[in-house]
Amino acid sequence: MKHTLSVTVDNHPGVLARVATLFRRRGYNIESLCVGRTEEPSISRMTIVVDGDENVLEQVTKQLHKLVEVCKIMDITSEESVDRELALFKVKAEPQVRAEIMQIVDIFRAHIVDIGRKTLIIEVTGDEGKINAMEDSLRPFGIIEMVRTGKVAMVRGPKT
Amino acid sequence: MRLKGTDIFIKYLKEEGVEVIFGYPGGSALPIYDALYDSDIRHVLVRHEQGAAHAADAYARATGKVGVCLATSGPGATNLVTGIANAYMDSVPMVAFTGQVAVPLIGKDAFQEIDITGITLPITKHNYLVKDTRDLARVIKEAFYIARTNRPGPVLVDLPRDVMTAEIEFSEEDVRMSLRGYRVLKNANAGQVLMAAKAIEEAKRPLIYAGGGVVSSGAAAELKELAEKMEIPVTTTLMGMGSFPATSHLYLGMLGMHGTRYANYAVSECDLLIAIGARFDDRVTGNLASFAPRARVIHIDIDAAEIGKNVQSHIPIVGDVKQVLREIIRRLKARPGRTEWHELIDSWKEDFPLTYSESPDDGQIMPQYVIEKIYEITEGNAIITTEVGQHQMWTAQYYKFVQPRTFITSGGLGTMGFGLPAAIGAQIGCPDKKVINIAGDGSIQMNIQEMCTAVEQKLPIVICILNNQYLGMVRQWQQLFYEGRYSYTDISLQPDFVRLAEAYGAVGMRVTKKSEVEPALRRALQETERPVMIDFRVAREANVFPMVPPGESLQNMLGGDSSQ
Ligand SMILES: Cc1cc2nc3c(=O)[nH]c(=O)nc-3n(C[C@H](O)[C@H](O)[C@H](O)COP(=O)(O)OP(=O)(O)OC[C@H]3O[C@@H](n4cnc5c(N)ncnc54)[C@H](O)[C@@H]3O)c2cc1C
Ligand SMILES: Cc1ncc(C[n+]2csc(CCOP(=O)(O)OP(=O)(O)O)c2C)c(N)n1
Ligand SMILES: [Mg+2]
Repeated sequence: MKHTLSVTVDNHPGVLARVATLFRRRGYNIESLCVGRTEEPSISRMTIVVDGDENVLEQVTKQLHKLVEVCKIMDITSEESVDRELALFKVKAEPQVRAEIMQIVDIFRAHIVDIGRKTLIIEVTGDEGKINAMEDSLRPFGIIEMVRTGKVAMVRGPKT
Repeated sequence: MRLKGTDIFIKYLKEEGVEVIFGYPGGSALPIYDALYDSDIRHVLVRHEQGAAHAADAYARATGKVGVCLATSGPGATNLVTGIANAYMDSVPMVAFTGQVAVPLIGKDAFQEIDITGITLPITKHNYLVKDTRDLARVIKEAFYIARTNRPGPVLVDLPRDVMTAEIEFSEEDVRMSLRGYRVLKNANAGQVLMAAKAIEEAKRPLIYAGGGVVSSGAAAELKELAEKMEIPVTTTLMGMGSFPATSHLYLGMLGMHGTRYANYAVSECDLLIAIGARFDDRVTGNLASFAPRARVIHIDIDAAEIGKNVQSHIPIVGDVKQVLREIIRRLKARPGRTEWHELIDSWKEDFPLTYSESPDDGQIMPQYVIEKIYEITEGNAIITTEVGQHQMWTAQYYKFVQPRTFITSGGLGTMGFGLPAAIGAQIGCPDKKVINIAGDGSIQMNIQEMCTAVEQKLPIVICILNNQYLGMVRQWQQLFYEGRYSYTDISLQPDFVRLAEAYGAVGMRVTKKSEVEPALRRALQETERPVMIDFRVAREANVFPMVPPGESLQNMLGGDSSQ
């Protein structure tokens, strides 16, 4: 099963390498990993999506805790949380299909951020399911390129 | 106060109580070496950086202090790697300092530039690249603190040349550790402790499985009190040897692959397994599915990640062994009669004692005999280091360790070449102790250059080579599991160890007959200023028994029974 870990770490160079090395060395699978600054500049937050059963997750968490620069780990999988991902799609868009694509963009509340002669770039944010659905809908037109940021997440309510 | 990086370095090493550094100089380390030149910190010049790391490691194991080693950038740093990995696998507190090219050159593939912090990421507890002289004092403080607290381990600090030569305005008050994410464990959960005490009182067939954590926690006295008060038999891992006196009637010897039959049977039959500072290594458990099948498990470890890693425990306790054992002992009341359990164990001890058969060749030396003699003569008061192989296992089986920190061996990494530099580190840490390296003829050649260090430092260490002219441990596996196809394990082409010792300025002896073993050892142990190397020519194809074949369960042992 997939778990989302929200991990705060010291904002030092090399922290990402430490986390990545730990996952690689112990054979854990990272589905996605996002890092960025937090409201406190000396701390970064990593949102890590890991695939594995309860035992794997327990080991991942405990091993992560041992990294000197890891401050706090929360498994927010079962928390009420807001999670978002951003994706960019470059799709084939000959004039005759553009209207249809724009309709899809509207339905998903996505945006067209670049128009080329034969292509469009579409930006969409949402949870994983929405982005997967968007991908499915665009595939028939021909996806030339796709990038996804991976998930960031935040627990609802006062809890941090 | 204006201070240079090197001044801060020396000052903060002293602050940490560092008395000795094992090291080897080079270009990037020149400023550091210049500072060492007139510092009163003792520097031991090894002959290969691997030797420095192992010596620092063994110094730490023998004394309980943090060991320190130092190397230059590039090849000096990479030569430390095996030694750092060794300390990591055995959870030894050590700080390794490496020289590095100047900060502006980092990332430019400069001469002797190596990304040593990258290389050692998975084999250090933590590491640092110091890019600013203003961080140096804090980093040194943190490095020592991290190395020795919680589960100990090696920390590497990479020191660029210009960071060491720069001069800064320095004030001690500004030096503060900043370890937001690193907390030292205080007290264990009282509820868990209570449950453990209750389980111990109720158990009919309890067994203590003690590991290296008892040694590093300094909890031998508490372990003894618990075992004796409750009459609980004790088995130890290779790393736990010495944490419980091998002379006690409660002691069952080592468990696991080359453990005693009675220790392994006890594991299989016990109803409560009390794991204390031990990590359920695969050499210990054999087949996990059939490990301790009847037991509830209490697992005491300071590292939460060890709990449930290999074996699920019923009563996990995260905490320091010493503190936890004290709490448990305080709560124990009843002392239940467990005669049945002890009688069962005694019957195994009688039926399956640890023995070996004499060589059919009259007067030929059996390797186990040499170890028995070493024990007899030293009365268990020496510090024993080993290399890796059969001789190491025989040492674990036939030498009776009675005090913690007297058995120094490479358990987790199994590093051939550890024993000689380890003997140097141990002897320097404990000048009043007798230090003996029990070696194999293969392993000793892996760091033989350290003979020179031992001679230079006037260390009366005794190196006992159990010379079977084989990479014996590997040969044994080939004999048992590869139809006797001895693929590249015959090392009968070897130097004359007596002349080799003499060439280094040490004493060399050769012993070929059983009757000469004891006199030779006695003579060697009288030496006070020079190392002695004894080449014991032993039976070539002796095997280490009993043995749990790889992947088998502990009940299915080869050898060590009446059929042998
Ligand atoms: C050729 C060869 C054969 C071997 N055969 C065997 C064998 O037959 N039997 C055997 O036992 N070993 C054997 N070993 C050694 C084996 O590989 C492991 O190194 C050893 O079993 C590990 O010992 P340990 O469990 O005591 O753990 P260690 O590696 O000593 O780890 C110590 C544990 O204690 C914890 N700890 C540390 N400090 C504290 C504290 N203050 N409080 C609480 N917990 C603490 C740590 O977190 C860790 O989990 C062999 C090795 C070699 C090279
Ligand atoms: C650095 C290293 N290389 C290889 C091995 C694999 N190995 C384990 S034991 C052994 C043989 C050791 O031979 P020797 O030192 O003569 O000891 P013996 O087993 O004969 O007592 C080997 C090659 C190892 N443990 N370490
Ligand atoms: Mg040999």
